[in-house]
Amino acid sequence: MIEVENLTKSYGPRPAVDRLSFQVNSGEVVGFLGPNGAGKSTTMNILCCILPATSGTVKVHGFDVFENPLEVRKRIGYLPENPPLYPDMVVGDFLKFAARLRQVPSSKIKSSVDNVVEKCMLGDVKGRLIGRLSKGYQQRVGLAQAMVHDPAILVLDEPTIGLDPIQIIEIRKLIRDLGREHTILLSSHILPEVTQICQRVVIIHEGRIAAMDTLEGLTASLKKTQRLDLALRQGGDDVRSGLAELDCVISAAETSSGKFTLECHPGSHPQDEVARLVLDRGWGLDELRPVSLSLEDIFLQLTTEEKEVTA
Amino acid sequence: MKNALVIARRELGSYFASPLFYVIATVFLGIQSFMSYNILSFFSYQSFQEAQIQQMGLTLNVNEMVIEPSLINMGVILLLMSPLITMRSFSEEMRQKTFPLLLASPVHLWEIVAGKFIACLGVLSVLVLASSYFVGFILAVGSPEIGPILTGYLGVLLMTGCYVAIGVFASSLTDNQLVAAVITFGFVFLMWIIGWAAQSAGETAGEILDYLSLVNHLQNFTQGMIDTSDLTYYLSFIAFFLFLTYRVLESRRWR
Repeated sequence: MIEVENLTKSYGPRPAVDRLSFQVNSGEVVGFLGPNGAGKSTTMNILCCILPATSGTVKVHGFDVFENPLEVRKRIGYLPENPPLYPDMVVGDFLKFAARLRQVPSSKIKSSVDNVVEKCMLGDVKGRLIGRLSKGYQQRVGLAQAMVHDPAILVLDEPTIGLDPIQIIEIRKLIRDLGREHTILLSSHILPEVTQICQRVVIIHEGRIAAMDTLEGLTASLKKTQRLDLALRQGGDDVRSGLAELDCVISAAETSSGKFTLECHPGSHPQDEVARLVLDRGWGLDELRPVSLSLEDIFLQLTTEEKEVTA
Repeated sequence: MKNALVIARRELGSYFASPLFYVIATVFLGIQSFMSYNILSFFSYQSFQEAQIQQMGLTLNVNEMVIEPSLINMGVILLLMSPLITMRSFSEEMRQKTFPLLLASPVHLWEIVAGKFIACLGVLSVLVLASSYFVGFILAVGSPEIGPILTGYLGVLLMTGCYVAIGVFASSLTDNQLVAAVITFGFVFLMWIIGWAAQSAGETAGEILDYLSLVNHLQNFTQGMIDTSDLTYYLSFIAFFLFLTYRVLESRRWR
């Protein structure tokens, strides 16, 4: 459905998106997770042919976004971070306009507008001015305009931002329902949101992919081990096997002479035992450092942000 | 082209729903009527005079003495009003962040530009049309020639098209509507009076400056003449500025 390959976008010398590659398959709901400024919106704008990429290719349904933008746009429904709504228009008229703009045949405009009004539960406000609606309703109108032409793919940029908790729950439920009929790529900087809605997560940090997996896969790989980097003045196989025999160490590998990477059981403070062993045997301790996976950092950042939001 | 009309239709709806349009329409029609009324009453005064003093030998022509100056005056008032209509076309989309809606739709950039142009020209045409009640009034009581009236209106609309093209272009440059309006007014005004420099410029340069002036090309139209050079001037003027708008919008995406 969506194939992104080596996508790079630079604003001036600084790349906002740096050699990004990922795929979204048909029928999937994929979450695009990352802190603010990670490059999520930029990537989505390129996907929807609003921004051109500096290099790399993006294909949607086999159509290149640069070569065939009109074909791509026909197949994508886009909800930008700020829903593009004309405040001086009535909801029903606005959706009709969006349908016409997306080249819905005129005989089907009424039925497709009615359809999205029903799906997004906008029946009560159909005749009201968009500017007078609450933020939650505006977000739903934004969602309705994105899907009025029944696109195969929905691209939603931070669909729950700025909503109150009840509205957030409603929108999440709506997106989950939509996921049964559409391929969805949605961005968020809130981890639990993604865990609730998406089947697969792409974590992006400073323009690069930090991790890409199903949720189960990600949590499993995170909690399983703790990694230590160790530099000794002495190397060799017996040092390695000596380290591997420690209770807290699962496996030890020598990356270059005297440099080891240890996989340890989490939560056992393996540094103490490793240091004691090295000093006892006189192997010469140069460096002992827990490797904080950047992925973990990001997760931490994301979870603390969520706490601030809910507090 | 269909997409351009879809966009134009939405724009028109939004203009006619906004109070700004009705304020502008009121002011425009008020001033236009006041000017036309003065011209007309001076004409009727002259008619009385001529009836009393036969030997003055004035040829009184309602086309030349009433309708033609009214149309030129209308060009001046439109010069003041059109920046207020065109200023929002792109600036507001950018400020309200609604532009992605158009950009993410299967619509060509030139269709967006054309849609905005058609909408603004449509709004101003409504104003011009509304002011023509005055001609209807003259038609009812006098017998002016129809031909020059029609060509005169065509000329005014073409000139308005030039105003709009500049206005849409200025609006694509900034998300600040006031800045867009000031740029439009300044530039259109300059194109009006650029002919003034012709007298002191050299022979060739003077001719070029004269040709560039927006208002010089209106005179032929108001006198009932459709000269292809005037027509070409107006149409290429419009096309040039719409092309610039297209380029500006395209380059915005690359920044």
